[in-house]
Amino acid sequence: MAETSPQTRSLATLITTRRGGDRLHWSDVFTYTYLFFGVLLMFGPVVWLVLSSFKTPAGLIEFPPTFLPLGQIEVKVEGYDKPLPLFEVDMEDGTTKQLAQVRRIGIVSQMVDPKNPGEKIKVPINQRTKVREFRMALENYTDPLERFNFVQFLQNSVIVTVVATLVTLLINSMAAYGLSIYEFRGRNAIMLFVICTLMIPITVILVPVYLVVTQMGMINSLWAVILPGAATPTGVFLLRQYMLTIPKDLIEAARMDNASEWTIYAKIVLPLAMPAIAVLAIFSIMWRWNEFLWPLIVLNRSEVYTLQVGLNAFQGELDVQWHYILAMTVITLIPVVVVFTFLQKFITTGIASSGMK
Amino acid sequence: MSDSSTNGDGFGDRAKAAAGWPVMVSFQALNYPLSAIQRIVGIQGMPWIFLLPNLAFFGIFVVIPLFINFAFSLTGGTELFLGNRVYTGTEQYGFLLECETFGDPITCREDRFWKGLYNTAIFIIFQVTFLVLFSLITALILNQKIRARGFFRAVFFFPVLLSPVVVALIWKWILLRDGILNAFLVSVGMDKILFFVSPEWSMFWAVFVSIWAHMGFYTLILLAGLQAIQPDLYEAAEMDGTSKERVFWRITMPLLWPNLLVVLVLALIKGVQIFDEVFVLTGGGPGTATQFIVQYIYNTGFTEQVQNFGLASAASVVLGVVLFVLTITQLAVTRARDNG
Repeated sequence: MAETSPQTRSLATLITTRRGGDRLHWSDVFTYTYLFFGVLLMFGPVVWLVLSSFKTPAGLIEFPPTFLPLGQIEVKVEGYDKPLPLFEVDMEDGTTKQLAQVRRIGIVSQMVDPKNPGEKIKVPINQRTKVREFRMALENYTDPLERFNFVQFLQNSVIVTVVATLVTLLINSMAAYGLSIYEFRGRNAIMLFVICTLMIPITVILVPVYLVVTQMGMINSLWAVILPGAATPTGVFLLRQYMLTIPKDLIEAARMDNASEWTIYAKIVLPLAMPAIAVLAIFSIMWRWNEFLWPLIVLNRSEVYTLQVGLNAFQGELDVQWHYILAMTVITLIPVVVVFTFLQKFITTGIASSGMK
Repeated sequence: MSDSSTNGDGFGDRAKAAAGWPVMVSFQALNYPLSAIQRIVGIQGMPWIFLLPNLAFFGIFVVIPLFINFAFSLTGGTELFLGNRVYTGTEQYGFLLECETFGDPITCREDRFWKGLYNTAIFIIFQVTFLVLFSLITALILNQKIRARGFFRAVFFFPVLLSPVVVALIWKWILLRDGILNAFLVSVGMDKILFFVSPEWSMFWAVFVSIWAHMGFYTLILLAGLQAIQPDLYEAAEMDGTSKERVFWRITMPLLWPNLLVVLVLALIKGVQIFDEVFVLTGGGPGTATQFIVQYIYNTGFTEQVQNFGLASAASVVLGVVLFVLTITQLAVTRARDNG
């Protein structure tokens, strides 16, 4: 700063002064640079996925890729049955003309002027460029619905998510009720047991759970995906912590009125625990919709595939049809985006307060 | 929670209106059998009735399998049902752990297992380090008074909700031979790189993509930790004219440290179990360059021609021991944070 003239210094001060009165610190520059690249890196890939999902197969294999989904304009020319692709051609006399291509032979392209269909013109292929317009290949989205089991996958995923979440909410809230409202011998032992099961992820017991599921005859049925993860220690934990805050007087009063224990649970405690139940419901929906390894193991027939397993199967095929995969990926993503947009606060406070996901 | 309850009521009301009556009817119907049970067992017996379904699920799908796992690891053959399996003692463990020189996977009898362990170790060293580092930087930045903070927080958080398959496909599409990243490289005058043919690049992207997907979760925990720091401390420091750097090292870091430890251990526990996104992204390849321990268990038990359940179980037990140690550490660290 010592060498700068008073004029430039005042200019520098003017630019870097903030409303608060203090100067722009180097860390502020860092902050906004970081945020800029952060947005680019976190959002960019998803934007690219969505844009690409609207491209035709021809548009997808183009290198370098175009940013927007573009389709080549095709024109109907008299004397030809099919519409012909339109090109912009640098003519020998220095002008450019829009011509339609009849066929291509080696490095020479046979073209025709749409306004003058009788005359054929031969053009070297490096002198023509495609004429394109913004066009979205919606067939990427509609075709998989008809041609593959995609609707079946979608349906399976919805069934698994809904049924599993309902079962999870019911049995975990019952357990949490039992562990929070009553004082009984063995309560601490049960809590310790719950904490211990918290420590055993499915990755450690893949083979024996597979055996259990096979014994119960559930292989290749959606129950094999729904049931093993239905009792979640995290769920019991979350709900119990919340139910402990419910005043005991309320329950005593209900007992005085001869309400059965089940009625107290269903009509008093459950409605009061709604905020915690909502958090668990959102978590459960996310877990089930995104679950991959376990369904991959127990679902071996394509009729019972969930979306995640189905997508993985498609992308692993020898002849990968990326235009369909990208569109199906976008569809898989939509419920998550919807849930996130509307319930962001629920999710973030839920994670921050429980430390789980 | 107080923050969300205003939102929550509106959502709850609408949900109740839509799903209310079938739920009400089924709860009402369940009241008759459960009142009858209550007359038999009495109020003091009811907690066990409420606990029963959950405990049954835990028992069938967690506790019993845990014991069967040990039994499996002590038997051989290809039969799934325990009764048909041959007792082999600790043979599976011997096979799994036998090496001429430890630390060199090629000299081990089951080199794929050791390669998996070795890959997992490399993976978590890089992944956990950079995951925690970037989560910390992001949390610090999001904790400042910046414009559109909610937007930026959402941007860093949303990949957490994406499924691993979706995450892997998004990145695979970018990294393909004719993908947009190679287009960028060509446009700045470099050659195309076949990322999934090179073991080093595959490992790099496995680490990168898993950080991309999970960073938001850890950022959120650290952000909550930062917001729990008393603002008075910062005000006092500002009045004393303390420099930003000094405030960071003397106030922020010491008070955030317990949270940072929790995040570190959580990231380790998740990192050891890495499978989903890398499996879809690289398939474990090229060769076995990105094959991790969970994929070894999956391949050995479920995809090989001869399903070797015994060996897969033995490997699971080894993984379980590692996770057990890490989880004990986590519990200790979390307790220290919450009490201190």
